[in-house]
Amino acid sequence: MNIVVCLKQVPDTTEVKIDPKTGTLIREGVPSIINPDDKNALEEALVLKDNAGAKVTVVSMGPPQAQAAIREALAMGADEGILLSDRAFGGADTLATSHALAGALKKLDYDIIFAGRQAIDGDTAQVGPEIAEHLGIPQVTYVEKVDIEGDKIKLRRAWEDGYETSTVKPPVLLTAIKELNTPRYMHMKNIFKIFNQEIKTWNADDIGVDKSLLGLSGSATKVKRSATKEPKGAGEVINKPFKEAAAYAVSKLKEKHYV
Amino acid sequence: MNIADYKGVWVFAEQRDGKLQKVALELIGKGKELADKLGTEVTALLLGSQADGIAKDLIAHGADKVLYADSPLLKHFTTDGYTKVICELVKERKPEIILVGATYIGRDLGPRVAARLATGLTADCTGLDVDPETKHLQMTRPAFGGNLMATIETAKHRPQMSTVRPGVFAKLDEDKSRKGKIEKISANLKETDIRVKVEDVVKIAKDVVDIGEAKIIVSGGRGLGSKEGFDVLRELADVLGGAVGGSRPTIENGWIDKSCQVGQTGQTVKPQVYIACGISGAIQHLAGMQDSDFIIAINKDEGAPIMQVADLGLVGDYKKVVPEMVAQIKALDN
Repeated sequence: MNIVVCLKQVPDTTEVKIDPKTGTLIREGVPSIINPDDKNALEEALVLKDNAGAKVTVVSMGPPQAQAAIREALAMGADEGILLSDRAFGGADTLATSHALAGALKKLDYDIIFAGRQAIDGDTAQVGPEIAEHLGIPQVTYVEKVDIEGDKIKLRRAWEDGYETSTVKPPVLLTAIKELNTPRYMHMKNIFKIFNQEIKTWNADDIGVDKSLLGLSGSATKVKRSATKEPKGAGEVINKPFKEAAAYAVSKLKEKHYV
Repeated sequence: MNIADYKGVWVFAEQRDGKLQKVALELIGKGKELADKLGTEVTALLLGSQADGIAKDLIAHGADKVLYADSPLLKHFTTDGYTKVICELVKERKPEIILVGATYIGRDLGPRVAARLATGLTADCTGLDVDPETKHLQMTRPAFGGNLMATIETAKHRPQMSTVRPGVFAKLDEDKSRKGKIEKISANLKETDIRVKVEDVVKIAKDVVDIGEAKIIVSGGRGLGSKEGFDVLRELADVLGGAVGGSRPTIENGWIDKSCQVGQTGQTVKPQVYIACGISGAIQHLAGMQDSDFIIAINKDEGAPIMQVADLGLVGDYKKVVPEMVAQIKALDN
C-alpha cells in the first residue's frame, strides 16, 4: 500500500504573542513546526506502515527551510520525502497551492493521500479537498478513525454533534483531525539515519503543471488590503480587593441593564 | 468566461436530517443586503429529499427564489452527490456569488465545488460587501491567527465564493406573507456517482446548550485550575440567565464539553456579555469572542492579553470575585 502525506511547515501561531504596548503581533522567534493536523495525518500513515507494511512518502510545498519539517517526518518513520519548492509557487492561494501539490501527486503512486484538515496559519481547510478534486478521487474529511478491510477503507468521520462511519475504495484523500491519534516522537536511531538521507526537490518544471495555474498568477483570490484591527476603545483594568471589584462589575452590568 | 454573464446571489441552504440550519438563514439575511446593492436577487440552493417545508421557510426568511434539487440520494450529505448537483446548476445558471455556511459540511463541500468550478473560495469571512465601482464582492476575514484583517477579492473568476461561520451575520425576521418562487428540480444523480458509502450516522446525546444563542456567556480557561472551577462559573451563569463556555485547554483537559468551546477551533460567539475567567487571551480564543458587546475579564495576571481586549478587567482570583458577584446580584433582587 502506498500512502502519500501532504504536510506544511507553519509558524507556531499558538506561540505568537501580542506586544502589549503596540497591540501588534510579535513574529520574531516564533518556532516553525509541522502543522498539527498534518502530524496526525502522518502518524496515521505510520500506523498503517507498522501494521500493514505501507510505504509512506511525505510531500511538502514550501521554501527551502521546509526541509526541516520533512526531515522531522522522516525521523518519525516516513520512507521518503519530497520538497516542492520554486519561486513560481510563491503567493499562491489555496487553488494554486492545490494545483501544485496535485501535479506532484500525479507523479507518485498512492492508495491513500493523507492531509491535515487545516493549517494553523491559513485556517481555510481548503487545500485537501481541492487536491482531491484535481485528482478526481473521493474525499473524506474530519477523519477520526481509519481501518483497512480487504480492498476497502473503513472510516469514521466527525460531525459537530456526533460521527459517521463509511467505506470507500482507494484511491482516496483523507483529512485528519486531532482526535485521530497521538503523534509519536522521532526515533533516536532514525535521527542519525535521516541526517544524510536525500530529500528530493521538485520545481515548477518537474511537476508539469501549466504555469498559469501556479503561484500568484494562478490564484483566484487576491488580498486587496490588510490592516491591523481598529483597537477597541480602551477598557479599564482595576486592581482592587475582591469585594470592591465584584461590586464594580455588578454596577456596570446593572448600568447597562444586563441584570 | 464572461464575468458579466454571472448574476445573482446564491446561498447554500444547508439542511441536516430535514432540519434547516440557522446559518443558512443568516446568510440569506446578508445575501439580501448584497443582492440589493447589486440590483439582483437572492436564491436559496436547497438539496434534500421531501424538503418542501424547508423551501417555504427559506422564502419566509428572505429568499426571492428557491432552487430545490429533490432526490433520495440527496437526503444525507455526500461530497460527490452535492458537488455534482451544485456544479451542474452553477454552470447552467451562472450565479455571481455563492455563500456557504462554514460548518463541517460547508468546509467539505465548499472547496470541492470551488475547485471543480476553478474559482476562488474565501473561508470564514467576517465581513462581506460590494465595491460600489467594480461590483466585486469584498470579503473580509481575520488573518494570521486573527490580529490582521484582510480584504480579499475574486476579481477574475466566477462565481465568487465565501464561507461564513454561524453567528457572524443576522437572519431576517420570519415573514410568512413574503412571496417567492420555488423551483423544484430533479437531481441528475445515480447511486454510482457517490463513491463514499455512508453506513451509520451516530449522534452523541449531550446536555447541550447552544452557546451560539446565549446572550450572556461566563467562560473559563486554563486558569480555573480544575474542572470544579466550572461549578463556580455555572452559579454566575445561572443567576445571569446565561450559558457556560470554555477555551480550548479546558476541553482538552476534559473539564467541559466540546460543544461549549469558544475560539478559532470552537465556536464564534457574539453575546451581549462575555465574562472570561482564568482565560489568558490567546489569539485563537479572542478570534471567537472579541466582538461581544461587553467583555469582563477576571484574571490574576494584570498583563494577560485578555485585559487589553476586555471592556472591564478585574485583577483578582475568580474563586473569590465570582461568588461575590453572585451574592451581590442576588442581593439586587431583594
